[in-house]
Amino acid sequence: MGQLAIIFARVLQAIPTLIGIIIVTFLLTRALPGDPAAYFAGAAATPESIAEIRANLGLDQPLPVQFLKYVQDLGTGNLGQSVSTGQPVATELLRRLPASLELTLTALLLSVAVAIPLGVLAAVRQDTWIDQLCRFVVTAGVSLPTFFTGLLLVYVFYFLLGVAPAPLGRLDLMHIAPPQITGFLVFDSLIAREWGTAWSAAKQLLLPSITLALFTLAPIARMTRASMLQALSSEYLRTARAAGLSRGRVLMVYAFRNALLPVVTTLGMVFSFTLGANVLVEKVFAWPGIGSFAIEALVVSDYAAVQGFVLSMAVLFVVLNLFIDTLYTLIDPRVQVDG
Amino acid sequence: MNDAVMTSPIAAASPRTSAWSRGFAHFRYVMTSNPVTFLAFVMLAAMIAVAVFGPSLVPHDPLATAADKALKPPTWQHWFGTDQLGRDVFSRVVVATRLDLLISVSAVALSFVCGALMGACAGYWGGWFDKLSGRMLDTIMAFPLFVLAMGIVAAAGNTIQNIVIATAIINLPFYARVARAEVSIRRNAGYVQAARLSGNSELRILIAKILPNTLPPMMVQLSLNMGWAILNAAGLSFIGLGVRPPTAEWGIMVAEGANYIVSGEWWLALFPGAALMLAVFTFNLLGDGLRDLVDPQRRT
Repeated sequence: MGQLAIIFARVLQAIPTLIGIIIVTFLLTRALPGDPAAYFAGAAATPESIAEIRANLGLDQPLPVQFLKYVQDLGTGNLGQSVSTGQPVATELLRRLPASLELTLTALLLSVAVAIPLGVLAAVRQDTWIDQLCRFVVTAGVSLPTFFTGLLLVYVFYFLLGVAPAPLGRLDLMHIAPPQITGFLVFDSLIAREWGTAWSAAKQLLLPSITLALFTLAPIARMTRASMLQALSSEYLRTARAAGLSRGRVLMVYAFRNALLPVVTTLGMVFSFTLGANVLVEKVFAWPGIGSFAIEALVVSDYAAVQGFVLSMAVLFVVLNLFIDTLYTLIDPRVQVDG
Repeated sequence: MNDAVMTSPIAAASPRTSAWSRGFAHFRYVMTSNPVTFLAFVMLAAMIAVAVFGPSLVPHDPLATAADKALKPPTWQHWFGTDQLGRDVFSRVVVATRLDLLISVSAVALSFVCGALMGACAGYWGGWFDKLSGRMLDTIMAFPLFVLAMGIVAAAGNTIQNIVIATAIINLPFYARVARAEVSIRRNAGYVQAARLSGNSELRILIAKILPNTLPPMMVQLSLNMGWAILNAAGLSFIGLGVRPPTAEWGIMVAEGANYIVSGEWWLALFPGAALMLAVFTFNLLGDGLRDLVDPQRRT
């Protein structure tokens, strides 16, 4: 089977997962405490107005019919109305998505850039101080609550040292946001040649992304170290050494490239953690992303908004996993589609 | 391989001693083989003691407010300082231990029991139940887990009970998968066939013969999972779900302290956060130690 066919088959495999996600979010919207119609009608509702809203929302229909209606709505991108802002949920989420993506992707890049060299070094120099450092970072990383790390960083770098800006969103009030092109503030201000704005946006981005990166560092470093150790003790590596290849070539070409494969598969799990931790980090740094939106919606019991958030995060996660699998297929020619 | 762990070298060397002393010898072997595991065990014991006796030993009432003593840094009288309402932070951190442990222990216990049963049936009989449960677990895993927990709590209602259920649901796949894998490799093991030939019912074989043998890897999973469950539950209460003020709970205390950290009142968030970290750290160390013992090959 060609690589394209494998990738296509993998995309097909994601369809049952998507159906499962849609069923679960549908059930969650229908499991609201109390009567959703009474909730949407508000405090001053009469029995007639509640019945009218129930008919409007389609809640008097049998469950399968309601499900079909829900799927139809999803097909047209309709996630319902946010009660707190009065806007469609889909619009609200799309408006805030770039902020969350900017934070998540920066954090992932940062943690991969630190974790992979750390893991490789720890494996190559096993049982030296760098290995101990790696072990410490890994154990501390999985034990630290993200929101707590964030607060500690704010205290040290904003309050004590005064080098970081106040944890109040993506841009401080002195600067005006550049015209939106990519949605990533740093890039947008660079494109608009607003150097001051770009610098300010980058400074705002730094602490939250370090917080998130510290959290994702641990699983990546741990996996890199483990799979590098496995590669180092393999027979093909002994052969390569015996054949007299240079140390750098043995490590980088033979060991590292093979060790990278299991690391790429762990990235899927890391994404799951990151998307969850993102919500907490956004709250700590008042970051105006979809996580903050979901928390605000939770506080005022804006259910449509919360369920829209859960659904879009799940879809984002499926897409990211698909991307990882595609990448995996491209770098490892041995991959076959199973089942 | 895992079954061998049930009888440690020391216990195997003296087969005629009583079950109790064999158990003790095994425990001593586990504790002395790795000092870090021993340390983690001591920390766990201390934490349980604090959870049990803490509320009756604290120097101040965790809910008593005193406007004249608000936001005071740590002193000899108030070891961890006082919060914005003049409540003693030390007493609140100590009292919160019970609630935090209770939430995560009941969540993990719930998902351990349900996951073990589900995974064991799927692994033993296979067939449609295996397919159905596998599909269900895949669907749970298709969500970012913390986000799914948020959605469940939002839909089912904002109570502590629902926090426990949501945490149990997102942990379910881990236990069910381990149980399924461990049961299915033992389904036709020699001792199982012997039990079958001597006329035991299938259900009895599964419950009395196979499940006890899957316990060591399940216990490791349990202890590795516990820290994560505490983090999740605290995360949920940090964003304002489940526990409500003025109840003392680590997540909500950090959330309340967050408002004061930009003005330099660090003790409000630091102490509950550090307690949370210590609890998670303890369970992670314990889990790693047990894992090394049960399955040395997966040691990283």
